[in-house]
Amino acid sequence: MDKPIPFNDIISGGMGSLPGEDLAGFEYSYLAEITNIYPLTNTDKLYQVQLCDPELRRSFSFKPGQFVMLELPGIGEAPFSISSSPIRHGDIELCIRAIGNLTKFLDRVKRGTQVGISGPFGTSFPVEIMEGSDIFLLAGGLGIVPLRAPLFNILESRSRYGHVDLIYGANTPEKLLFTYQYDAWRKFDIDLQITVDEPDEDWEGHVGLITGILEKKLAGRKSLAHNAYAIVCGPPVMFKFVCNILTEAGLPMQRMFVSLERRMHCGRGKCCRCNIGSTYICLKGPVFDYWSVMNLKEAI
Amino acid sequence: MIFKVLPKNGLEALFDVLSNNRIIGPVEKARGKNGKILYGFDRICRFENLRLDYTTTTHSPKKFFLPYKEVLSTFILSGRTWQKSVDYNAHQPHVFFGMHACDINALNKLDKVMIESVYPNPYYAAKRRNTFIVGIDCTPQPQCFCRSMNADTVLHGFDMFLTDIGEDYFVEIQTAVAYEILKSVITKEPSAHDHALFMKTVDAKKEKYSCQVDTTDLTKILDMEFQAEVWRDWGNKCLSCGTCANVCPTCYCFGVQESVDLDLQGAVKKMHLYSCNLFDFAEVAGGHNFRPKSHTRLKYRFYHKHRGFVEAFEEPLCVGCGRCGAACLADITVPEVIASVRKEAQGNG
Repeated sequence: MDKPIPFNDIISGGMGSLPGEDLAGFEYSYLAEITNIYPLTNTDKLYQVQLCDPELRRSFSFKPGQFVMLELPGIGEAPFSISSSPIRHGDIELCIRAIGNLTKFLDRVKRGTQVGISGPFGTSFPVEIMEGSDIFLLAGGLGIVPLRAPLFNILESRSRYGHVDLIYGANTPEKLLFTYQYDAWRKFDIDLQITVDEPDEDWEGHVGLITGILEKKLAGRKSLAHNAYAIVCGPPVMFKFVCNILTEAGLPMQRMFVSLERRMHCGRGKCCRCNIGSTYICLKGPVFDYWSVMNLKEAI
Repeated sequence: MIFKVLPKNGLEALFDVLSNNRIIGPVEKARGKNGKILYGFDRICRFENLRLDYTTTTHSPKKFFLPYKEVLSTFILSGRTWQKSVDYNAHQPHVFFGMHACDINALNKLDKVMIESVYPNPYYAAKRRNTFIVGIDCTPQPQCFCRSMNADTVLHGFDMFLTDIGEDYFVEIQTAVAYEILKSVITKEPSAHDHALFMKTVDAKKEKYSCQVDTTDLTKILDMEFQAEVWRDWGNKCLSCGTCANVCPTCYCFGVQESVDLDLQGAVKKMHLYSCNLFDFAEVAGGHNFRPKSHTRLKYRFYHKHRGFVEAFEEPLCVGCGRCGAACLADITVPEVIASVRKEAQGNG
């Protein structure tokens, strides 16, 4: 025996690869171009991103609540919720706050910059099963970003849903996102309520937490045990308070959906950075029903 | 499974046949403070350097499959656009000569996450698939609790496994490649006597374990005792240094970093193994840290290995090799931590 052990060429899918296994699906990114940048607040911008390959652009689809990994070579890669309509095949919209290395760099780039996009990854809000029911959309701060995708779903087929409440709270009026769309949403019969924690002189709307508005809404209302769903997005501390109010109003835990945020380094269920227990937020989430979250230690 | 018997004086011949490839095996690395030999896996060119009688290695063979640092991709930058190229960094097959059952079991566990999952990791798969493993039986050391973790024997994930039965090695043959290779050395068919010798060795090994962990209902106990004070005690001892993850054969957490070349013409994306005990492991952009306290991180490590992974794969992410306890600067060992949590649950905390 003078021959070395044969080299299994896994790249060409030769010896030993499992059926249906896609090894090329791990480290890739689609070349994409930033087509538009809209400043929304001092720190947040809405980036419209278009995949460069027309074929990919046509086939790329996602579900509300899913995220993509955005990569800038040499700077970094991070997960971002897709904030645009899952139905209309336009540019992907990502609302990004300049807060870390990559996002502060993104804050300075111009239209036409090429980035890498991989995904979509993760679970989604099951908007189909919510049809025919009343919907509570509850967002705090940046939570409006992932929540905007299922909102688009609802707007596109508004008649299929019952009463739709959208309660959105931010720290200050300047931090409110997508202010230019509020009238349009209201026109589609979305019961939109906005609140801030710290008002400025010009603020005439609600002041306080979204839980206050939610409690008022639910007061005197029939139990939510049937015919209602809720989507809750916001900082971890918000989930507990909001979901407790909804639970008391009779809404079953498996009809409340939340989107969790964690640091991710791969987005593909390998790096463990987003793990809670052994649950990968990137694979089993980011969208969970509240029952699943209750069973994850330290999730919220 | 097919079995053969390899006379001990035929071992060098087997080594020679395999040495057409790069052989990795246990070698003497250094002497510890107490004069104990420290072993490690390294490239071996000469048969004399192979130490099949090694107790355990300080580091696991993990580094050959999940290098501590690895380039994931490189970029050529030009103006506003760029090109990405990916290399899985597996340039030749590796032959592991003398891997213990626990370490092979560890690879089998890593396979579940790295290969048999939604997005298989090609960097790991490329190296794992291009590996030939000769397993070797071992003598349980004081820190070994592999038997409690069901990792004292190994059923698959190797090519051949040698068990010392006195004058000969009893060889389990797992793959066709191994069978072909054994054709070029002198072996014989095992007799009833050889079977008996093999069983005697197996039984004798069972008696040698001095360390064990009771894992009965451990997942439930860990959930019940999530808020237990005992975690804080361990957290106060823990230095959050990540040494346990470094030596662990099954820890695979990593981080990814990108950097631009000095000439601005290119960029590189690298992964480096990480540890959930390090302070910033669960920190998110904006500075919020989901596990800011030492004990929350230590607890998470145990929850991942002994609860979460069990829930997902019906086995713990631990092979009981005891390397973490041996390497821990604060003398925290897995059997002690688990026993203390069990005690807490029993009301004797």
